[in-house]
Amino acid sequence: MGRPGGLTDKPFSYCPGCTHGIVHRLVAESLDELELTGRTIGVVPVGCSVTAYEFFNCDMAQAAHGRAPAVATGIKRARPDNIVFAYQGDGDLAAIGTAETVHAAARGEQITVIFINNAIYGMTGGQMAPTSLPAQITQTSPYGRDPQVAGYPLRVVEMLSTLDGVALAQRVTVDGPRNIRAAKRAIKKAFEYQRDGVGYSIIEVVSTCPTNWGLSPAAALDWLRQNMLPYYPPGVYRDVVADGHADIAQAAAARRAELAEQATGNASAGQPARRGGGDAA
Amino acid sequence: MSEKVLMKGNEALAEAALRAGCDCFFGYPITPQTEVAAYMARRMPKVGGVYLQAESEIAAINMIYGASAAGARVLTSSSSPGISLKSEGISYLAGADLPAVIINVQRGGPGLGGIQPSQADYWQATRAMGHGDFHVTVLAPSTVQEMCDLVALAFDLADRYRTQVMILADGLLGQMMEPVVLPEPAGADARADKPWALTGTGGVRPGNVANSLCLVADNLEARNVERFRRYEVIRDSEQRAETYLVDDAETVIVAFGACARVAKSAIDTLRRDGVAVGLIRPITLWPWPADAINAVLDGGVVRRMLSVEMSMGQMIDDVKLTVNGRIPVDFFGRSGGVVPTPAEVEGAVRRLVDAGDGAPAAAGVTAGVAAHNANNGKEA
Repeated sequence: MGRPGGLTDKPFSYCPGCTHGIVHRLVAESLDELELTGRTIGVVPVGCSVTAYEFFNCDMAQAAHGRAPAVATGIKRARPDNIVFAYQGDGDLAAIGTAETVHAAARGEQITVIFINNAIYGMTGGQMAPTSLPAQITQTSPYGRDPQVAGYPLRVVEMLSTLDGVALAQRVTVDGPRNIRAAKRAIKKAFEYQRDGVGYSIIEVVSTCPTNWGLSPAAALDWLRQNMLPYYPPGVYRDVVADGHADIAQAAAARRAELAEQATGNASAGQPARRGGGDAA
Repeated sequence: MSEKVLMKGNEALAEAALRAGCDCFFGYPITPQTEVAAYMARRMPKVGGVYLQAESEIAAINMIYGASAAGARVLTSSSSPGISLKSEGISYLAGADLPAVIINVQRGGPGLGGIQPSQADYWQATRAMGHGDFHVTVLAPSTVQEMCDLVALAFDLADRYRTQVMILADGLLGQMMEPVVLPEPAGADARADKPWALTGTGGVRPGNVANSLCLVADNLEARNVERFRRYEVIRDSEQRAETYLVDDAETVIVAFGACARVAKSAIDTLRRDGVAVGLIRPITLWPWPADAINAVLDGGVVRRMLSVEMSMGQMIDDVKLTVNGRIPVDFFGRSGGVVPTPAEVEGAVRRLVDAGDGAPAAAGVTAGVAAHNANNGKEA
C-alpha cells in the first residue's frame, strides 16, 4: 500500500506509535479522493507537526503558535476558490490559539480544522496541555493535574458546537481500523463541506503520545480507550446538513427564529425571556 | 486627475492603499488610526477587495501572513499598543520573507499610554520590531500628501525586496486634514510576479511553502545572510530624506514626521532673525538616511545638530551614530503625546547657538521638558 499522492515521499519524523502519521494519511487520502489536492493550501502549527509542510504534497504555510486559524483565514479570504485546512495540536489550538480558534469558527470561515488532541505538549517534552486529564501526570503537573490549581480540560468540539458559524464539529479517534475508517469519513465530509461552502468544520482526533505518556504504542492506545475516550467521547456534536440545513446561514437563521419564538412564548406567558436564573429568584 | 481634495491623513492613506492595489485589509480598532479601518470597511466591498475586522491585533497580523503568503497585496493598520501585539507576527513575516505593509499611527506610551500624537515607537520600528535578525523598512510621512504618496512606495518596496514596510505616522498626521492630490491607480503591470505564492499546485508543480522555521543552524544563518544582502541593497538604494536650508546652516535640526513641520516653522522664524539653521528630514527611518547627513557634514558648515522628536530621545541615537563625534549632537523633545511648539524648538536652537561651540546648552533627554518648564517659569 503506497503513499497517497497527497503526501510527499519524505518519511515521517514522528515517534513510534504516534498517530500523526495516520491522520496525515487520512487527510491526504480524503483530498486525493475528492480531487482537491492541487487546490489545497494547508497550514501547520507549532508542535510536533510543525514540519508537516514537508509531508503534505500541496502548498503549505507554517504558522506561529496558535495562529493557524488566522493564517488560514487570510489565505481563504485572499483565495476563496482554494481549499484551506489548519492542522493543529491541543496546546496550539486550545491554549495559546483559543481566541483564533473560537473566532474563526464564529465567523464561519470556510476552512477545515484538523485538531489532534493527545492531552499533552509533545514537542517540548510532555508538559500539561489544556486537554490534559484530571490527575494526569506530566512534566508540569508532576503530582497529577489538580483541577483546584490547574482547572479543567477543555472539551473543544462541544464548546465550538454552540457557534452558528460551525457546519461540522465531530470527534473521532484512530485507535483501530474501524475507528480509523470512521475518522476518514469525518475528515472527508469536512472537506466536502468546505468545497460546497457549507461552513467551518473541525474534526477532533483523540490521539496518543506514547513517548510523553511513557507508554508503549499498544499500551498508549489502551490508555486512550480507558481514559481519553470517556472524557472526550467520539461523536458528531454539530452537523448542520444532518440537521436539515443547506449551510450555516440557514442553520443560524433557523436557530434565531426558534429562539425568537421561545422569547415571544416566554414573554406572553409572563416568564423571563432568558433561560436560567428565574427559578432561583 | 491632479485636482486637490481635502482629506484626513488616515483616510488619504487608505484611499492611496486602494489605488496602489491593496487586495486585503485586516485590522482591529484602536485610536488614533481607526479611520483607516473604517475607510477600508466602507470601500473594500465596493472594489472587490477583502476587509475583515479581526478578533485581535495578533489575529490581524496572522491573517496578513496568510493572505500575503497567498500572493495578495496586504495592509494592516494600528497604533502603538496594537503594534506591540503585532510584533510576533511581523517577525514571522520577516522570517518567511512575506511582503506586507503595516501602518503605525503612533500615540504616547509606554503601556496603554495616551491617544495623543507621539514618535516614541522609533526604537521599536527601527531596532526591534520583533525577535530575531531582521529589519522592517520604515517610511515616515510628514504631510497628508506624503501619507498618500508613501503608500504605493511601501507596497512596491515590500514586493520588490520581499520585506515588511512600516509607515510610521503619528496621531497628528492621521487626524489632520490637508489638501492632497490622490495618486493614479496602479496598473496591473505594476504588480510583482510571485512564483513563491501559495495558490495551489494545480498538480503541476511542487508545493510552495511559506515558512520561518529552519532547525539547522547553518541553514538559518544562510537565510539570514541572504536577507541581510537584500537589506544592503535597500540601504544602498532606498534612503530618502528631505533637506531644507542646510547649505549655509551652522545648526541643523534633524526631525521627521509631524516634528519636522514644527521644526520648519521654527526655522523660518529663526532665518528671519538671521540664524543660520536648516533641517534634515529623514523620510526613511530604516534605512537610516546616513548619506544625507554625511553630505551635510561634508559641507563643512554645520557646527551642531539638534534632534527634535516627540519622544524622550530615540532617533538621536542614529544621528549620533552617523555624526560619530564630529560635531555635538543635542536633543529637544516632548513626550507622552505633547507636540512641541515652533516657539519651543526656536528656543532650543537659540540656546544652542548662544552657548556656542563645545558647551551644549540643553544636553540630555530631559532637555525638552526642562526647557519647556523653564519657559513656563516652573522649576525644571
